Amino acid sequence: MDSGPALVALGGGLFVLGLLGVIVRRNVLVMLMCMELMLNGVNLLLVVFAQRGDSIAGGALVLLVFVVAAAEIGIAIPIVLLLARRRHTMELDAYTELQG
Amino acid sequence: MTSLLTLIVLLPLAGFLANGLFGNRLGNRFVSVVGCGLPLVAFAVTIQCFLDLQAGGTPLLDTVYRWATIGEHTFDVAFRFDRLTAVMTLIVTGVGSLIHIYSTGYMKEDASYARYFSYLNLFLFFMLMLVLGRSLLVLFVGWEGVGLASYLLIGFWFEDPDKARAGKKAFITNRIGDAGFLLGMFLLYQVLGTLDMDRINAAFIDGPQPAVSASLVGILLFIGACGKSAQIPLHVWLPDAMAGPTPVSALIHAATMVTAGVYMVARLSGIFMHAPEASALVAAIGVFTAFFAATVAIVQTDIKKVLAYSTISQLGFMFVAMGVGAYAVGIFHLYTHAFFKACLFLAAGSVIHAMGGEQDIRKMGGLARRIPVTFGTFAVATAAIAGLPPLAGFFSKDEILWYAFASDRGGATLLFVVAAGTALLTSFYMFRLLWLTFFGRSRMPAETERHVHESPPSMTGVLVVLAVLSAVGGFVPVPHYLEAMLPLPEVVEGRAALQTPLMFLSVALGIAGLLGAAWMYGGNAERAKRLAPTFATLHRLLSGKYFVDEAYDRLITRPLFWISDRVFLRVGDRALLDGSLHGLAGLGRRTAGTLARIQTGNLHLYAWLALIGIVAALAWSWPHG
Repeated sequence: MDSGPALVALGGGLFVLGLLGVIVRRNVLVMLMCMELMLNGVNLLLVVFAQRGDSIAGGALVLLVFVVAAAEIGIAIPIVLLLARRRHTMELDAYTELQG
Repeated sequence: MTSLLTLIVLLPLAGFLANGLFGNRLGNRFVSVVGCGLPLVAFAVTIQCFLDLQAGGTPLLDTVYRWATIGEHTFDVAFRFDRLTAVMTLIVTGVGSLIHIYSTGYMKEDASYARYFSYLNLFLFFMLMLVLGRSLLVLFVGWEGVGLASYLLIGFWFEDPDKARAGKKAFITNRIGDAGFLLGMFLLYQVLGTLDMDRINAAFIDGPQPAVSASLVGILLFIGACGKSAQIPLHVWLPDAMAGPTPVSALIHAATMVTAGVYMVARLSGIFMHAPEASALVAAIGVFTAFFAATVAIVQTDIKKVLAYSTISQLGFMFVAMGVGAYAVGIFHLYTHAFFKACLFLAAGSVIHAMGGEQDIRKMGGLARRIPVTFGTFAVATAAIAGLPPLAGFFSKDEILWYAFASDRGGATLLFVVAAGTALLTSFYMFRLLWLTFFGRSRMPAETERHVHESPPSMTGVLVVLAVLSAVGGFVPVPHYLEAMLPLPEVVEGRAALQTPLMFLSVALGIAGLLGAAWMYGGNAERAKRLAPTFATLHRLLSGKYFVDEAYDRLITRPLFWISDRVFLRVGDRALLDGSLHGLAGLGRRTAGTLARIQTGNLHLYAWLALIGIVAALAWSWPHG
């Protein structure tokens, strides 16, 4: 049985789930987690298409995304930590200082 | 040999540079030696050139360098030394040097001694360029240059706003005349393709007439001459120019620069000879100016203002001579005028010096015994300008009157009558000045009275030299010398017999002026005081100088200010230019303000917007994919 369409659907589902989370949820940490979810959905799709297309470029790109995601979260978590220390809240609505 | 001409011009320039750059550091002695020495050397070189001219007979030419080549026409910086130039250059360097020497005494105490002498040398440089230039272009450079030097020297004491304003007035008034002068030059160049004055004259005198109205060119050039030589309607700057130091008034505003217009007309006599309309205008303006200025001079109370109006009046006389074709006679009067008017101004300077700066003749009187040398020289020069024989002014003025009457190129009885009346007025106001200043009871404050003193020898020496020249200068037959170049006009049939009676008449007029002034102002001017109320209106008109300045202010200056302020500043500059720029800036700011409202700082909104953007981009690219 070809598991391709199911895997693509799973990857797309993960991405959309993450996107909805980023848009809907107010908690900063949850939003970050949702972003990771989006990345993982994309990674899954990359791996599936790489296997299908008989190319290792997709696999290499996945490794790259891992590195970038690790770096991103390495910066994002301390920022969230500092924000939380300042205002004692994780709610995003509290942080609107950058308005024009 | 001919490079001597360049040397004459460059010597004062060297003096200007040396005094201007190093004068302050090297001290007054250095400044005096350089400032007076170089003009004296220039005078000596001029004499050498004069002797060369006499020996050779042909004009000396000296081309310094080629300034520009346009098409097939070339413009050279070239100097030309003929008989007319010789007379002018000798006057400029000779009288100029004397006035430089006088200045060492007069300006001794001034803090800006070096600046003064560098300006004076600069003036001499440009004046010599004006006089020696072969081309109208070189003449024009000198013409503008003397204007600059005049501006700098009128406003020499620029800390006083009035004096600085007088300088500006002179400069701007001259600019109006220069516009006409430039137009005349353009016309000549367009038609003849050259600006060399000997060629221009030749083109008009020999062969077919050039395809341009000589009268139009003549009138345009005369407008320039009006500005420089202070003729109506551009005469207003000269009385104000008396704000400068007195030797400057003597050199620039009496003896040399203001005669440049007369010189220019004589130089281009080829044009004016073929321009009867322009010549008539020259004579009319000349005689009108002469009369007008003489009437104003009668009531002035500032010693220098009297002399200033007298200068305007005498320049009018010279233009009368130019207008009736007696160019050599006009130059003759220019030459004698340089002596006696320089002498008068310098003697006036000596009086002012003695009085500690007082210029009001109402506060003088009885100075004859206190400063005898000044009095003597002033008296000689006064008699000379009044036309008493055998002093210099008699010869030249008598010839002008004669040709105004008898010339076949525009001589007329009316011209003669007005000119003769002016001669009478001249004698009257000059002797009035002499009487009020030197005779009668002293009207000085006691404080001034104690300080009255004769000037140092550097000043009185020059006065004596000039007084001697004013006395005997008339015996030099200048018109005869110039006749080869500037032939005198023919005498109208039947008037030749009147020459001797007219000569006696002009002497009688001079003496009448003297007696009139003596009668009016003798015995402490009691009669003048008694007569004053009778002619109150006339007196007010005259002492207001016919309110020409006020009229110009009303008719020209204020409308100009109004237009500048209301139209150009408020509408043009502020509303149109500033307005459009401010409008653009405001538009940008308002747009930015609107757009900035999207920038709420709310991350969710941004995420939504990003989502919408991505979806829109996808939706757009899908069908195109």
